[in-house]
This record gives sequence, C-alpha cells and structure tokens, in this order.
Amino acid sequence: MADPALFEFLHTEMVAELWAQDPDPGPGGQKTSLLVLEGMGFRVGQALGERLPRETLTFREELDILKFLCKDLWVAVFHKQMDSLRTNHQVQAPLRLPGTLLCPQGTYVLQDNSFPLLVRMASGLQYLEEAPKFLAFTCGLLRGTLSTLGVKSLVTASVAALPACKFQVVIQKL
Amino acid sequence: MSRQANRGTESKKMSSELFTLTYGALVTQLCKDYENDEDVNKQLDKMGYNIGVRLIEDFLARSNVGRCHDFLETADVIAKVAFKMYLGITPSITNWSPAGDEFSLILENNPLVDFVELPDNHSSLIYSNLLCGVLRGALEMIRKPRCTADT
Repeated sequence: MADPALFEFLHTEMVAELWAQDPDPGPGGQKTSLLVLEGMGFRVGQALGERLPRETLTFREELDILKFLCKDLWVAVFHKQMDSLRTNHQVQAPLRLPGTLLCPQGTYVLQDNSFPLLVRMASGLQYLEEAPKFLAFTCGLLRGTLSTLGVKSLVTASVAALPACKFQVVIQKL
Repeated sequence: MSRQANRGTESKKMSSELFTLTYGALVTQLCKDYENDEDVNKQLDKMGYNIGVRLIEDFLARSNVGRCHDFLETADVIAKVAFKMYLGITPSITNWSPAGDEFSLILENNPLVDFVELPDNHSSLIYSNLLCGVLRGALEMIRKPRCTADT
C-alpha cells in the first residue's frame, strides 16, 4: 500500500522533469509539456476508472458521475472531498436544419479550496504562473476517469490564489 | 451502511494504485522521450535522487528513528521502517559484503510492478530504478562525513 506522500513527491518531480526537458521555453513549448502531463493523467485516470466495482458504473444521471468525482475519486486520490460543485448548463437553441438538434452541454465547476498539490507551494499570489503545471496531470486524471465512465469531456483548471483552484468540466455530447 | 464500507475499501485500493499507475505512466513517457533503455535508467535514477533528498526529511519527521550506529542498523531501518512506511513492504536484507559496506535488498512483492509487463524490446530497462535513486539521495543527505580523527 503506497503512502500518499509518494505520489506527491513523484508528481512534483515529474513536473520538474518534463519542464526541464523542453528545448523551447516559450509558450509553444510550455503547451507541449502541459499536454504531456495531461496525457499521463488521462491514462492513469482511465486505469483508475477501470478498477471500479460494477455497481458504481451504473449512474442514473450525469450529476451522479460528477458527485462521484468530487467525493469518491477525490478522497481516493487526494484524501479529501472537493469543496464545491457547481453546474452551469447551457442549452443551445436547435438549428433550423431538418434532422439536426444541438444537444445541451453540461458545464461543471469543481472547486478545491486547498488543493493538496498546491498547498505546499505557496499561499496567495506567489507562484501563480507556475500553478498550471501542477494542475495539468489532475485535469487529465479527471478526463480519464470520465472517459472510462462513458463520458467524453474537456477539463481545464484555473487558479486565482493558491492553494485554491477550480476545475472546469465540459461534457461533450455526440 | 454496507455501501459506506464498500466505498471505504474502494478508496483505499484506488489510493494505493495511484502511485503504481502514475509511475507506469512516467516510465512509458520516458521510454518515448529517450531512445535507449540506458538513458531511461539514468533519468529514473536522477529523478529518484531528487525525490530522495526531499523524502528523507519526510521520513525523519514521521518515523522518529534515532541516529544509526552502524551500517547494519541503517540497512534494518531502510528495510523495516522506510520501505514499510512508504511502500507497505519489508524487503529482505541479504548478500552482505565481507567488509560490511555493501548489501542487497530483495523485494518479493514490488508494488511498482503491479499490472506491468515489459515488452521484449526493453530488456535492459531497470523498471524500478527510481528506487535506487531515492535511496541514494536519501542516504547522501544523512551520511556521516568521513572523520579522520576519532573522538
């Protein structure tokens, strides 16, 4: 049973390693590193999602899935629950083309007021620029778990002041 | 009531697998980034070293072990306290050198390799090399400086 501290140490080192490797320190290079971290998080999230017992996989509603992320997944990974979950459904008006209808897109905002991967860094506005690097993996983790649960999504994160952060989950309906 | 219990065990299981899965994703990524296994091994060792120099403080703060009097004691603490605390396993200590300055740790159940299969084209990859780096970094932080005069 791996100690939780190990994941934190490993994650920090991964961020440092992938950033150091980048030959292009400009915005273009940064994007690649963020994508790589997000991709790794995605694979881990998928695998974690696959290890859930059968019963958990039958969610009645989309909101149940998000609640699962906020409670069960967050507790398993970060040993605390998400502090708040807000929804912001945007319903698109149907196009006037026969046979097509735009489906409503669910947008959820998950807020963690003391995100464990940011807590050790700083409190307030210091290192605000660095914060995204430490959120990329977790965005991928959320997207990966959702993917295993049959939900396609786009997950981004934002930080206003450490160690609080928000994850925006936009469900993509096909 | 039983649903709560189920959730508890599932959380614990997911938590312990998180590190293993993340490590696997890291090694996979490194294999993509570097062309040969030797470079991946070196990178894992280097990353492990960086982790080790910070991990030792976490270990000392949480474990309350005193100063080790000799290398034998160090080996014991590594295997029975540190590995147990961080990975939940107790490797066996064997293969002591005649001079008593070298030993081997054998991990019967290495949690890092759960669910892992190495493809044939990575025969010289030392998958768990991060651990070597961690040990190296941690020990370097607490080694006694060589004293020329005995007190």
